[in-house]
Amino acid sequence: MSDIESRQLLSYYRTMLLIREFESRLDKFFVDGRLHGTTHPCTGQEATAVGACAGIRPTDYVVSNHRGHGHFIAKTGTPERLMAELFGKATGVSGGRGGSQHIADIASGFLASNGITGGGLPIAAGAALSIKMQGRDQVVLCFFGDGAANQGTFHESVNMAAIWKLPLILFCENNLYAMSTPFNDAFPVSNVSDRADGYAMPGKIIDGNDVCVVRDAVREAARHVRSGAGPYLVEALTYRHCGHSKSDGCEYRPDAEEAEWALKDPIKLLRKKLLDAVPQQEIDSIEQAVRNEIDEAVAFALDSPQPSTDDLEGSIWAN
Amino acid sequence: MSEIFYSQAIRDALREEMARDERVLLLGEDIAGYGGAFRVTRGLVEQFGPERIRNTPISENSIVGVAVGSAMLGARPIVEIMFMDFITLAIDQLFNHAAKFRFMFGEQVTLPIVIRTPSGGRRGYGPTHSQSLESLFMSMPGIKIAAPSTPHDAKGMLKSAIRDNNPVLFVENKSLYGTRGEVPDEDYVVPLGSAKVVREGSHVTVISYSQMVQECLRAAQMLERDGVSAEVIDLRTLNPLDMDTLCRSIEKTGRVVLAEEGHRTGGVCAEIGFQLFEKLYYYLDAPIKRVAALDVPVPASPVLEKFVLPDHQDVYEAVKEVLAEV
Repeated sequence: MSDIESRQLLSYYRTMLLIREFESRLDKFFVDGRLHGTTHPCTGQEATAVGACAGIRPTDYVVSNHRGHGHFIAKTGTPERLMAELFGKATGVSGGRGGSQHIADIASGFLASNGITGGGLPIAAGAALSIKMQGRDQVVLCFFGDGAANQGTFHESVNMAAIWKLPLILFCENNLYAMSTPFNDAFPVSNVSDRADGYAMPGKIIDGNDVCVVRDAVREAARHVRSGAGPYLVEALTYRHCGHSKSDGCEYRPDAEEAEWALKDPIKLLRKKLLDAVPQQEIDSIEQAVRNEIDEAVAFALDSPQPSTDDLEGSIWAN
Repeated sequence: MSEIFYSQAIRDALREEMARDERVLLLGEDIAGYGGAFRVTRGLVEQFGPERIRNTPISENSIVGVAVGSAMLGARPIVEIMFMDFITLAIDQLFNHAAKFRFMFGEQVTLPIVIRTPSGGRRGYGPTHSQSLESLFMSMPGIKIAAPSTPHDAKGMLKSAIRDNNPVLFVENKSLYGTRGEVPDEDYVVPLGSAKVVREGSHVTVISYSQMVQECLRAAQMLERDGVSAEVIDLRTLNPLDMDTLCRSIEKTGRVVLAEEGHRTGGVCAEIGFQLFEKLYYYLDAPIKRVAALDVPVPASPVLEKFVLPDHQDVYEAVKEVLAEV
């Protein structure tokens, strides 16, 4: 492994760990009763978020879904204002109005996430339409799950993106369950990517737990869509190491399956790979730095003011 | 001034605003060569090309979602939903995204989107091609609602809607497309959120919007022959509501009839009537009365449709009842 490669892997490792640490801290706060509401963690899926965002340019856009903490941290690089959002604070990325699943940071190119399964697909297609009509060379990376691929918006938006040749990367994180429903109970085909043919677009199925595989697949997809050839579907196979939301104990999943995927934890896999390339102390120092960064994010969130209730009704309108 | 059809007024507003601002684009089913189901956009594709007059597949929900996404990156889309009945397919993107993104993302985005749609019956199209669903939108914060009744207001309000930085539902009652009216030749706008007294009177205030305004004006003429002076107010915009204009009139007349083509229960009149009751209880000389469609689907048979939908005769009778109260 070259020095450049190992630096890059360390940087992915750092971001993936940041996501894991961010969410494990949330979990503790929910247990302590310091956080209320709900959250949809992506524990075990960090390689898809980080790999996919590494495959596009910083000037490209991301549209996310309800399970979006990882996408947000991977795209924007910072957990502080997301943590403040979880605490409902004025400094939160959505001013405390959105909470876990309604986040945007337009300045960083993170356009939207939302709690409607499949809701982001047409938003992403629309953003891609503007890019194309304005003659810009950006792309839109749209994250969605296997469950969303059964929404009408999937068909409608992908079809429009395909007939209009929009610069849209359709990135499906197939974690094998739509909430509790196993993939095979909801699909007559073996893979989401089997549907790509129906839209005359490429569909590639990849290992979603190898950050480099994900990055390379998205790079290839970005090249394709940026060239004007239309949308490209990447289906990344992965697994959430936790429930759908914080109230889900995962009784519907076989223990053996969970154990098998625990061995494929993307963070563990990457750490193992890094140990062959860099001194252990370098990894240790990253792990310490990540814990510190999350401590700071928590402190920032706790120290931040509550949002104002002044003119809340007036604030729905733009001038 | 020129006398033009309502549909022409809409087309002229689209044409002028598209020439004025290159960010404006049209999305909808069959809107390009065909000109839309009611031919409102006919001729625009020849002037602006198929990129900006963009035919879409039959995918209402995602057409609206695409409009939202494009607006986030600088476009000013106008969506045509072929029949208002079909807007039910797009309620997800309208209510969950268009209405909420600005608020729920901490005011980071503006969504200058217009959703144009033909509403209403009286054409025998039957239950899923005849509805007036604007009341659904009154209970959804974040979407303005315009429903002009004349070519003058249609053109001026559509221009305002296109220049507005918020989502606007623009309701075009299909019975109005073939009506004519005077429209200034020069550029003008009619601001959203202003009602208009279209007929002055002193005995009773009759409040309506869109095509029902024509029915109310006819009723007012009939009432005049009976010696009743009815003031008729065209709401023009349902959100934001111009309560000041309504209150000024009712403080004078003390009696109110509200009229709409939508269903009676939970309708536009139900909402405005209650707001008037809250604000003006002590000015009212009689209970507020509403005129609306029966709570059944709009039937196809001409006899049944006429029975279900309200018209000038219903308004006339409601006013008589309100005046009979002492």
